Amino acid sequence: MGGAVSDGRLLARALRDPASVRTLDAAGWTDLIQIARAEQLIGTLAARLADQSRPADAARILADAAASIAQQRTAALWEAEMARRVLAPLGLPVVLLKGTAFLAAGLAAGMGRSVGDCDILVPRGALDTVEAALLGAGWEWVKPDPYDDAYYRRWMHELPPLIHRERDRMIDVHHTILPLTTRITPDADALIAASVPLDGRPSALRILSPNDMLCHAAAHLFADGDLAGGMRNLWDVHCLIAQFGVAGLTERAQHHGLWREVARAARLAHALYDTPIPARWRTWNVLDPLYRRRLTARDGWGRRTRSLTRFAFYARSHWLRMPPAMLARHLWIKWRKGKG
Amino acid sequence: MRIGPVGFRIGSDWRAPVAALESLYAAYPKPAISDFTVRLFAARPWRRFLRPSVTIEGDFVLPEAAPLPLAQGLLAAEMGMNLQMALGQRHYLLLHASAVERDGRALLMTGLSGAGKSTLAALLAARGWRLMGDEFVLVDPETGLIHAFPRLVSLKNQAIGVVEAAWPEARFGPLMGGTPKGDIRHMVPDAAAVDAMHVPALPALLLFPGYGFAAENRAVPQSEVFVRLTQASTNYVALGERGFDALTRLVKAVPARAIDYPDTDSAIAQVEALWAAL
Repeated sequence: MGGAVSDGRLLARALRDPASVRTLDAAGWTDLIQIARAEQLIGTLAARLADQSRPADAARILADAAASIAQQRTAALWEAEMARRVLAPLGLPVVLLKGTAFLAAGLAAGMGRSVGDCDILVPRGALDTVEAALLGAGWEWVKPDPYDDAYYRRWMHELPPLIHRERDRMIDVHHTILPLTTRITPDADALIAASVPLDGRPSALRILSPNDMLCHAAAHLFADGDLAGGMRNLWDVHCLIAQFGVAGLTERAQHHGLWREVARAARLAHALYDTPIPARWRTWNVLDPLYRRRLTARDGWGRRTRSLTRFAFYARSHWLRMPPAMLARHLWIKWRKGKG
Repeated sequence: MRIGPVGFRIGSDWRAPVAALESLYAAYPKPAISDFTVRLFAARPWRRFLRPSVTIEGDFVLPEAAPLPLAQGLLAAEMGMNLQMALGQRHYLLLHASAVERDGRALLMTGLSGAGKSTLAALLAARGWRLMGDEFVLVDPETGLIHAFPRLVSLKNQAIGVVEAAWPEARFGPLMGGTPKGDIRHMVPDAAAVDAMHVPALPALLLFPGYGFAAENRAVPQSEVFVRLTQASTNYVALGERGFDALTRLVKAVPARAIDYPDTDSAIAQVEALWAAL
C-alpha cells in the first residue's frame, strides 16, 4: 500500500491532507475505510474526500456513509428539537453539547460527524425540574441498578442516562463537564453565562462559546475517560481551532483549570491533523508520544491494538476520576456485581 | 469475496473457515475494496487450540452474539456476513426474504424463520428459476429494482433432505449438526445465479408462505404488507425517508399473497399458478 503505516495515522493523514489518498492502493483503501469506521470518522472522511478522485468501490462506500450520516443528522436535530419543546416552558437555559451542538450551529466540526446521544447542559439547581419534565414526556431511566443510579447522582457530571421510550434515543443531562470526583472543577455557571442562543426565539437552544467548546472537548479527552474514540474528539478540537482560532483560549482554559488539557489537545491536534496553533504552544512534552500511540491504536482490520498502552490509559482514567479509597470501593462493588 | 453488489473481507485465526469459504465461493469474484470486514477469532488465546471457539466480530457487532465451536466456523462466517448486512447496509433497503427471478421479473418470499423461504427458493431454482438470494433481498431506493445477494443457501433440518433429493446435481457444503438452529447445510448457488448476480430484476410478486397448513392462498392488503415488511427489514428505520419511499413504492407496485402449504409440491404448484396468472 502507499505509505507504510496502517494504523490511526493512515486515517489522520487522509483527513489532514485529502489529496494524499491518491497514493493508496486497494488494500490501503480497505484499511482506511475500516479504521475510519472503527473510529466513527467514516462520515467525516466521506465529507473530506468528496472532491478527490477515488476508486469506484471506495466512492460508493463513502457515498453510502455520507447518506447514512445525513439521516443521523436529521434524527439528532429532531431529538434536540424534541428536548427543546419539553424544556422550553421551564424558562431555563438549555445548552447543547458536543456533536449535536456542532450540527445545530452548522460548524465545520459537524461536517459528516456521527452523533449518537443528545447531550445537554442545564444549571445544576434545575436538574430535578428538568428530569421531571423529561420523565413526564416519555424518557425513561436505563440504569436499573441502584448503585449505578446513586453513583451517577452523587458523583457524576450528568444524570443517569435517559432513553425515550418511542424514539429509542438517549439524552444525557449534564450540569457540568467533568465528574465531580475529578480534581479539576470547571466553572459550570460561567459556561452557561457565556453560552450563545442558536436563534432569536426566547426558547432557543444554546451552544457553548467556541473557547468553552474547546475546553469541554479537551476535558472530555484527557481528564475523563481512556481516550477511546479519541481521534474523533481530537478532530473536533482541530475543526474548532481552525474555525475560531485561539484568541483568549489560554485565559479561558486557565479559568476552568483546564489549560494543561487544552494545551495537550492543541499539541496533539497539531501533530495528527496539522492544526494551526501558535508557535509558542508547540513545546516538547515527554508524554505526548504515548498519547499519540494510544490515539492511533487501531489496525487495518479495525481492531484495537497496543493493549498495554490502552490498559494504562484505562487505569489512568479511573485514577483521574476517583480518589484512591473511593476507587477501591468502586472496583470492589463492581467486581462483586460482576461475579453475581 | 463479492456477493451481488457487496464486497466482504473475512479474516480468521484459523485456516479452516477461510478454506471452506474459498472452496464454496470459488466462482465469486474478489472485490478490490471490501464494503465490510468480518473477523473470526479466539476470545482467549488458548481457545485457539483447546476446544476452539469462534467469536464473531466485524465493522458492526451485536454484543450478545455467542461464540460457536470451530466445527461450525463456516456458519460463523456466514452469520458474520449477515450481521454486517443487517446492521451496516445503507445503500439498499434490506428485506429479510428470498428471491428468484424469471424473465427479468422477481418473485419475493418473506416470512418468519421456518416458513420455507430458503427451501422454496432452492426448489424453484432447481426448476430453472434464477436464484437471487435466500436471506436478504436488496431494494434499490433509486430505481425500485431488486438486486441479487446470492450467498450460500442456508438449509435447515428437514429442508436439507428435501433439496438434496430435488436437486442432486447441486453442490453442498459440510453438514453441520447441533448448531443453535439444529442441522444446517449450505447449498452453493448454481452458475446461473452467480453469473447473473449483477443483473437486477423488477419486483413482480410478493408471497408470504406458511408451512404446515392446508393449501390455501389469499390476497394480502397493502397496509398489512407494509407493516409486515417494516418488520422484515433490518435497516428501514436507519434509511429514514429513503426507506419509507422505497417500501411504499414496492408495496403499491407489487401484488402480495399469503400461501399456506402442507408440502413442498403443493407450494411449488401454487407459486407457478400465481405466477402464470400475473
